[in-house]
Amino acid sequence: MSNYSAHYVQQRAEASVIIDRDKCIGCDICVQVCPMGILALDKDGKAYMKYDECWYCTPCQTDCPVDAVRVHIPYLVR
Amino acid sequence: METRMYETDVLIIGGGTAGTMAAIKAKQAQPQLNVLVLDKADIRRSGAISMGMDGLNNAVVPGKATPEEYTLEITESNDGIIDQRAVYRQASECYPIIQELDSWGVDFEKDAEGNYEVYRVHRKGRYVLPMPKASNLKLILAKKVKQHRCKVINRVMATRLLTEGNQVVGALGLDVNSGELVIVKAKAVVLTAGAAGRMGLTDSGYLYSTYENPTNSGEGFAMVYHAGAELTGIECYQINPTMKDYNGPACAYVAGPFGGYTANAKGERVTGCDYWSGELIMNMWKLANKGEWPLFLKLTHLDDETVSKIEAILHHNERPSRDLFHAGRGKDYRTDMVELNFSEVGLCSGHSASGVLVNHEAETSLRGLYAAGDMACVPHQYLLGALTFGKIAGVNAAAFAASTARVEPNQGQIEAERKRIEALSANADGVPHQQVEYKIRRIVTQYLMPPKTTTKMELALEKIRHFRKEDLKLLGARDPHELGRALEIHSIVDCAEMMASASLFRKESRWGFYHYYLDYPERDDANWMKRVIVKKGGDGEIELSTKELPPYVLETRTGVAGGTTA
Ligand SMILES: Cc1cc2nc3c(=O)[nH]c(=O)nc-3n(C[C@H](O)[C@H](O)[C@H](O)COP(=O)(O)OP(=O)(O)OC[C@H]3O[C@@H](n4cnc5c(N)ncnc54)[C@H](O)[C@@H]3O)c2cc1C
Ligand code: SF4
Ligand code: SF4
Repeated sequence: MSNYSAHYVQQRAEASVIIDRDKCIGCDICVQVCPMGILALDKDGKAYMKYDECWYCTPCQTDCPVDAVRVHIPYLVR
Repeated sequence: METRMYETDVLIIGGGTAGTMAAIKAKQAQPQLNVLVLDKADIRRSGAISMGMDGLNNAVVPGKATPEEYTLEITESNDGIIDQRAVYRQASECYPIIQELDSWGVDFEKDAEGNYEVYRVHRKGRYVLPMPKASNLKLILAKKVKQHRCKVINRVMATRLLTEGNQVVGALGLDVNSGELVIVKAKAVVLTAGAAGRMGLTDSGYLYSTYENPTNSGEGFAMVYHAGAELTGIECYQINPTMKDYNGPACAYVAGPFGGYTANAKGERVTGCDYWSGELIMNMWKLANKGEWPLFLKLTHLDDETVSKIEAILHHNERPSRDLFHAGRGKDYRTDMVELNFSEVGLCSGHSASGVLVNHEAETSLRGLYAAGDMACVPHQYLLGALTFGKIAGVNAAAFAASTARVEPNQGQIEAERKRIEALSANADGVPHQQVEYKIRRIVTQYLMPPKTTTKMELALEKIRHFRKEDLKLLGARDPHELGRALEIHSIVDCAEMMASASLFRKESRWGFYHYYLDYPERDDANWMKRVIVKKGGDGEIELSTKELPPYVLETRTGVAGGTTA
């Protein structure tokens, strides 16, 4: 058996879509409508940006019933 | 991987603009049939019109324009390479679609008497009908699909068509949530999976800030290719004028009618006609080479009220995050000109002319397979063309399905696809999709972006083929979502190879910048007033040929040669 170090490094990226966890009621709508499928509910049932693949198209923000989602322009595009 | 199976009469792949209309019309035409819509996203907000559109770019409204006028204008805009009968049909049949959308609650701009307002952006005719408040367009279409009792399966990405000889009998896909292999048996298939929008790298450097919705990664093109159908116009790339770094259109269509225009650094107007075409991009490119660069969108000469009206459209519809972008850079249309740039290169019949070869009935070269929208070659189809041809495809697919027996899928095709997908998930520690995607799109940008040369494109082919052999093997995925992204890269590679091959084959220049080929810098109507056809040959390699244009149905005007008149 070979014994090599990991084949990848973790890389951080700024999350451009931010959810107000106090407002979020975990209805899953933003997760469902996002064309890129990049939002998810966490273990507390609150939405968060799971993958950094956003088109900043804003259905998540528009369709959230409690106005908990803020879409920012991704860092490289800003 | 687990397997899930469906059976339907009509399968629609891609529930976007064209796909939702195809589903509705298939069901209206043959209510007894089962219609199933498969989408990799969620049809309520998927595709180009996720947040609506600023307007219909090609509305032929009786009394304001005629189908003849529109067809001749598009014939010229696309340098004669056109199936006039298909374009004419779109122009003749689009008006009832507008009226139907209106009756469904889509908000169009109207004058005091309630007539549709249309503006001139094209060289000659008036076809731009604004819909500034219709950011709910997709919600309306999705609701109609449900009301018509079509079955919708979201988050399943179609990856291959199932064929039996020359007939399409269903499709395979990946559930990007559960990771299941999805098998759909169908009597007829409508492909409406949108543009190939993730080909070139974007100027911002962010992989997903593409002009097209990045979900539209070219599976439509790749799937028909692997199924053996013919594609055409692949060498007629799409490159659009956009904001620098922001993938919003340069918006001549919106700002133009209000008095906005494209200007040089001194604020002087530079482009006469802002209708998007290879010619416009060529003019921009020439200015860049003269040092007259960058160009800007200029609204600073307009009064506050007018600018507010433009903002009310641009910032709430289509690309509603545009205001955030401008604010972030401290720019205001009232005081600042906004820098423009070229978009990344891609394939799209909505704005340009690449796609599956279809006729005026939306039929492809395979039995039981129909296509419409950005992935079907009816040039400059835009939003209303996608809806009109979506309807035609849906009605014809339903008629075909109603008179066809079900054919069982070929097990070998299913297992081959399972193997392709499982190889990616088996390599969980492989190179992440972002890195692999960056590299193939870098090749596209650096070797396929016009001006084209034989040397560059032959190098591109060599690099793409090497990439297919080596890099795709390194690509890995850790979960079903990543698996979807990884499979999208396979589509990008297929499209890139077709782009290079088709461009090398057409030994002339045409469509302005879209096929500006320095080894053959002139347009050569004597030899090339015809289509280039791309298909997968029997040996599994790309096969290229030419096909004569279908006879023109209208007398051509000067400047457009070729194409006999029927
Ligand atoms: C930013 C922008 C601005 C535009 N502005 C205008 C305008 O002002 N006026 C105008 O007339 N036209 C405009 N257009 C063009 C017009 O919107 C498009 O031509 C038209 O909407 C295309 O329709 P479509 O059905 O082909 O694609 P889409 O509506 O994009 O639909 C494609 C669908 O396929 C799905 N899909 C993709 N791949 C797969 C797969 N593998 N499996 C399953 N599903 C899949 C997607 O999720 C999506 O739902 C604009 C386009 C863009 C991108
Ligand atoms: S802005 Fe669009 S792509 Fe980004 S998270 Fe929201 S819905 Fe998804
Ligand atoms: S739509 Fe709003 S409330 Fe619902 S899960 Fe998303 S953030 Fe939470």
